[in-house]
Amino acid sequence: MHHTTARPLNTPFWTPGVWVMLGCMLCGAAAIIARYIGGIGYVSNLSHARPWGIWIGIDVASGVALAAGGFTTAAIAHIFGKHEYEPVVRPALLTAVLGYTFVVLGLMVDIGRTWAIWKPMIFWNFNSVLFEVGMCVMTYLTVLYIEFIPIAAERFGKTIPLIGWLNEIVGNIMGVFIVAGVVLSCMHQSSLGALMLIAPTKLHPLWYTPILPLLFLTSAFSVGYPMVIFETTLVTSSLGLDSEMKILSRLSRLTVLLLGIYLVLKIGDMIVRGTYVHLFEGTLVSNAFLAEVGLGGVLPWILLWFPMVRTSRKGLFTVSVLIVGGVLLNRINVFLVGFSSPVTHTPYFPAIGEILITIGLIATLMFIYRIVVTFFPVISAARLGEVRP
Amino acid sequence: MNLDRRGFLKIVGIGASAAVAGFPKTSHAWQSKAPPDPYGCLVDLTRCVGCRKCELACNEVNHLPEPSVRFDDLRVFDRARRPDEKAYTVVNRYHTGKRDDRDQLVPTFVKVQCMHCQDPACVSACIVGALTKKENGAVHYDVNKCIGCRYCMVACPFEIPAYEYSDPWTPKVQKCTFCYERILKEGGKPGCAAACPTEAITFGKRSTLLQMAHRRIAENPSKYLDYVYGETEAGGTSWLYLSDVDFAAVGLPTVPNRPMPKLSETVQHTFYSYLWSPALLYAALAGIMWRQSRKEKEV
Repeated sequence: MHHTTARPLNTPFWTPGVWVMLGCMLCGAAAIIARYIGGIGYVSNLSHARPWGIWIGIDVASGVALAAGGFTTAAIAHIFGKHEYEPVVRPALLTAVLGYTFVVLGLMVDIGRTWAIWKPMIFWNFNSVLFEVGMCVMTYLTVLYIEFIPIAAERFGKTIPLIGWLNEIVGNIMGVFIVAGVVLSCMHQSSLGALMLIAPTKLHPLWYTPILPLLFLTSAFSVGYPMVIFETTLVTSSLGLDSEMKILSRLSRLTVLLLGIYLVLKIGDMIVRGTYVHLFEGTLVSNAFLAEVGLGGVLPWILLWFPMVRTSRKGLFTVSVLIVGGVLLNRINVFLVGFSSPVTHTPYFPAIGEILITIGLIATLMFIYRIVVTFFPVISAARLGEVRP
Repeated sequence: MNLDRRGFLKIVGIGASAAVAGFPKTSHAWQSKAPPDPYGCLVDLTRCVGCRKCELACNEVNHLPEPSVRFDDLRVFDRARRPDEKAYTVVNRYHTGKRDDRDQLVPTFVKVQCMHCQDPACVSACIVGALTKKENGAVHYDVNKCIGCRYCMVACPFEIPAYEYSDPWTPKVQKCTFCYERILKEGGKPGCAAACPTEAITFGKRSTLLQMAHRRIAENPSKYLDYVYGETEAGGTSWLYLSDVDFAAVGLPTVPNRPMPKLSETVQHTFYSYLWSPALLYAALAGIMWRQSRKEKEV
């Protein structure tokens, strides 16, 4: 591992924000208990015609997309050897570790037979896109935990012999896992889009395209760095740290290219298939598409061309929020808004139980992030007013 | 990175050879996995009188719970129903504006159940292969493999599989079984087909039923629409429908004529047969990583 300046933060833990998180976690826990007493139907608005709701659309699909910072930063810093990005790799890795852990937790709540989640390891269906997604996510989660071992070892390698021992084993072959992590990410990020290819009559033509897997992959590429910018800004400002502007504004320049590629594919596909006829229907569905591509894609892409935006903390944060929001909305659109049941026209809106569980899971994720950055060497950013060594 | 040159070459070598080994075999075209001579059922909507004997028979042979509305209660037709976890088949009544000789509105009754597609979307989608297309035509569900992901329900173009949402730990996907066990036996028929008093449901080999359907149309062209629903829908289904009114107007959805899994399986197998593309990507990235680390050592 390259030398990093990451260290445990040792800041006061019990802030008001942490108490809010705890409140959300408790509500989520109550809803999860209700789900395991009364069944999925008791806490959700899922139906025979609308079997997937926000647990899949947000917790799983969006969770995977927004954890893309992990493999995109690992790729640039460790594979393409741009070590100046090193300070953001660890926080992004932590986000990915936690993000994917919560993807799996969300999935466990959603599937009817939680205890049977291991079965895809034994019963294989190579025709199933979901099988590939499941296997990749499982393997990638393992890889992410392996990538986290050196960080744990820096702090606890001496006190907990097991961690030190594991670190000795994987430390020398970490490159194998880093490359594997990027490959596995490319595989399942794209396959998440391929999930809907089997339902051409159900997904609105604005989103249904044979290149859906490619769009999911390129949008994951383009949301990785904005997500890092978004998080780093949140974390450094809420913990009173230096904002790492130099690295972040360089990441934003890469985003101009990556987001550009995604938008060319997305808009080009719309033109080739002639689906622009649906753009101005004024329905919820068409407006959701306009918001996704306009506010969440084209607008931030244009803004990123201005050096003024790229070098200002607020400007950069705004742009990253727009891009993250755009990709989040894309996943929600593909799995929920643009999805319909053409035979029965069954509507879907999440029930309070679904919302509470989703919020509870996100709060738990943030809570654990807070614990980990407090006690593990993840964050490199200097305290405000502190001179970095 | 603490990966030395030999280690890297090894990774690149393994990746590249795996990629090359896999590549030539990827170009095969998608092939249907449909059974060659399945059973089917032909539903003739012009013969159905809405007696719901098929629903009753289905309920009995599958040991399903008692319905909230009795099987002889005609008020059940007041609203359209769907098959669910407690009823594998339902009959709905439609008024399409069709009138008889005395200018009275004539209802059309339509039985709905799993279509038992030849290349079912649900079977392709199922993460664990709990759903399978049997040689005799039935799309069969094995609860012992199911994890409850409900991707089959997302995939089904006919919106058929239903879920036991109120069961917190061991819910099942529920749908028409085509009375798999019964039709395995010599002379066995599905419960509904055996019970139908008007011969609106005919059970037999799918190929025979298709001939029969086209013969009925040919013999009575003014009575029927010249179309057999299910002959090509979703690449062909085991259940077939004849009608004198527009199919879409009586709840039978317009579905593409190609097998639903064709596109996703083609994409999947083009990129993932022998994992050639991940192996190639792995080799390329490992190569870049090795070159970078060598450059750094030289500096």
